[in-house]
Amino acid sequence: MPEVLKAPLVVEFPFTRSLGPVQSAFLTGLRERVVLGVRTGDGRTLVPPVEYDPVTAEELRDLVAVASTGTVTTWAWNHEPRRGQPLAAPFAWVLVRLDGADTALLHALDAPGPDAVRTGMRVRIRWAEERSGAITDIACFEPYDGENTEITYHAGEFEGPVTGIVAHARLDYTYSPGRAQSAYITALSGRRTVGERCPSCRKVYVPPRGACPTCGVATAEQVEVGPRGTVTTFCIVNIKAKNLDIEVPYVYAHIALDGADLALHGRIGGIPYDQVRMGLRVEPVWTEGARYPDHYRPTGEPDADYETYKELL
Amino acid sequence: MTREQARGAREIAVVAFAQTDHRRTSEEHSEVEMLMPVLHDVLEQTGLKTADIGFTCSGSSDYLAGRAFSFTLALDGVGAWPPISESHVEMDGAWALYEAWTKLLTGDADTALVYSYGKSSPGSVRDVLTRQLDPYYVAPLWPDSVALAALQAQALIDAGETDEPALAGVAARSRAAATTNSHAQLRGSVPHGEYVVRPLRTGDCPPIGDGAAAVVLAAGERARQLCARPAWIRGIDHRIEAHGLGVRDLTDSPSARLAAEKAGVFEQPVDTAELHAPFTAQEVVLRKALRLDDRVTVNPSGGALAANPIMAAGLIRIGEAAARIHRGESDRALAHATSGPCLQQNLVAVLEGDPR
Repeated sequence: MPEVLKAPLVVEFPFTRSLGPVQSAFLTGLRERVVLGVRTGDGRTLVPPVEYDPVTAEELRDLVAVASTGTVTTWAWNHEPRRGQPLAAPFAWVLVRLDGADTALLHALDAPGPDAVRTGMRVRIRWAEERSGAITDIACFEPYDGENTEITYHAGEFEGPVTGIVAHARLDYTYSPGRAQSAYITALSGRRTVGERCPSCRKVYVPPRGACPTCGVATAEQVEVGPRGTVTTFCIVNIKAKNLDIEVPYVYAHIALDGADLALHGRIGGIPYDQVRMGLRVEPVWTEGARYPDHYRPTGEPDADYETYKELL
Repeated sequence: MTREQARGAREIAVVAFAQTDHRRTSEEHSEVEMLMPVLHDVLEQTGLKTADIGFTCSGSSDYLAGRAFSFTLALDGVGAWPPISESHVEMDGAWALYEAWTKLLTGDADTALVYSYGKSSPGSVRDVLTRQLDPYYVAPLWPDSVALAALQAQALIDAGETDEPALAGVAARSRAAATTNSHAQLRGSVPHGEYVVRPLRTGDCPPIGDGAAAVVLAAGERARQLCARPAWIRGIDHRIEAHGLGVRDLTDSPSARLAAEKAGVFEQPVDTAELHAPFTAQEVVLRKALRLDDRVTVNPSGGALAANPIMAAGLIRIGEAAARIHRGESDRALAHATSGPCLQQNLVAVLEGDPR
């Protein structure tokens, strides 16, 4: 078996999320150093607040202020903080029931070590210096042995309320394409295109994915296809993609390489876009150092007869 | 559907089960390459061909694969062309099995193929699972799956319901049971290790690995034709709790209890329970919620502490319970699957063999 191919794959996206009235008030409150809860029909105060009662599903809108001090209801010592977590130095994850609240908020507790943390300990919010209306406006909790803070009334109305958050998400992967696709990519590095033949229906799939989608069986027999092929169908692209240096309009086509029973897709070049047609015979054009054909161009052969590719549209 | 509603409906059974060997990495195989041997295995067990299957349902997660619509590639393995009757859940395969079961109940199909798979090896599963959390209040803090399980474990310890040696005992019993499970990733004596997030040590946590599983369901007489001793699904139900961790009592699992009640677990004793408890402390919670005493054989397969291929581990619990009935080692078994942090969502099924 050839060497397993691997490559880093980073999936990163800044999710823009809009807030409902309760979430908006809560996160705006954090910006102003005010913690708001929401009152349920049976008189409980939920912090962090939600828009619907988790038990009755009743709509909740009755905002009330709670204190910035509270009690740890459970904890876990995190000696190796991970990327994105609230503190870089070892800390405790805590659920904290703020004074005036009936439920607990998840956050980090800055403490010297696990021996300094216990369930029932008193803590208070350490506010972030710069606050924007996000859960991270609470930098963390810290141990607190002072007086309980007074809870002052707050109607939950603020100047310039936060109406949305941008939630950054990044996940890192090491992508491995598996046996069949590795073989395909390895062959491409030698400017060869290989597919795999289904042992049952004898069709040649390219690129191979290791299975025949018709028969549901593994494919293994490698078959070299192309390099020439036939345009089976195409479209004309008129909108320029971001960061793409190909001038529009250009043609993107399905190309049935000779010997293949499945068309792959590629760009057609070397011919005006409005002269590309079904049945056009094409061949790959490689650029120096490329890992796949840059585009396909006409071979100059007569067009293929429709009957020869009608099953491959 | 509750047990009451299911009474009088068609009888549906698990008639075949297969799983991969679960390993830390399967990088030499794509998802469909990893999956195909188990699909072929369950079809061979029943003598069915892909074209004979009335309904196909799968479970997997794009976040594990790091790719959108990743399940479509796996469809090659079930012969999805020409088009088949097929569905997918972005959850553990146990929930795909639930969907397939309801499809068979409607009478639209007599057989169903259920499969699920997950490759945790390409990414960091502790980080990946943070993306299923509340995106406003929780996910921006990136609390990983072990951290949240550790909060639950500490809550149980504070409540006096367990302690660290007892948790180590759960881990040791599970891995000892797995010595007879050739598919398991962790077997026999495994060091309990250092704290990952205190109070949980490496031994309290599931192995991270890749794997797949498949099950064939059949209704009524069809099931008897395909399997000598079908594992009849007498009840199956799933329930969910509030997503806010601080709203819940982490020492209890009211959703698992309610699902069990609706599935009919408490009507008669079970002899076997396959629990999907990835962390040791979660077995403590589930034993209490599901009222399992020492007469019940819990996780003879080793459970999720021996192999936890995410998205397949819950379906494997149903498969393992069914396989014990097929082999005549159990007459009435409970199978449980979970999803979400700290047992947020729970599915419970009751499986029975015909009287012997």
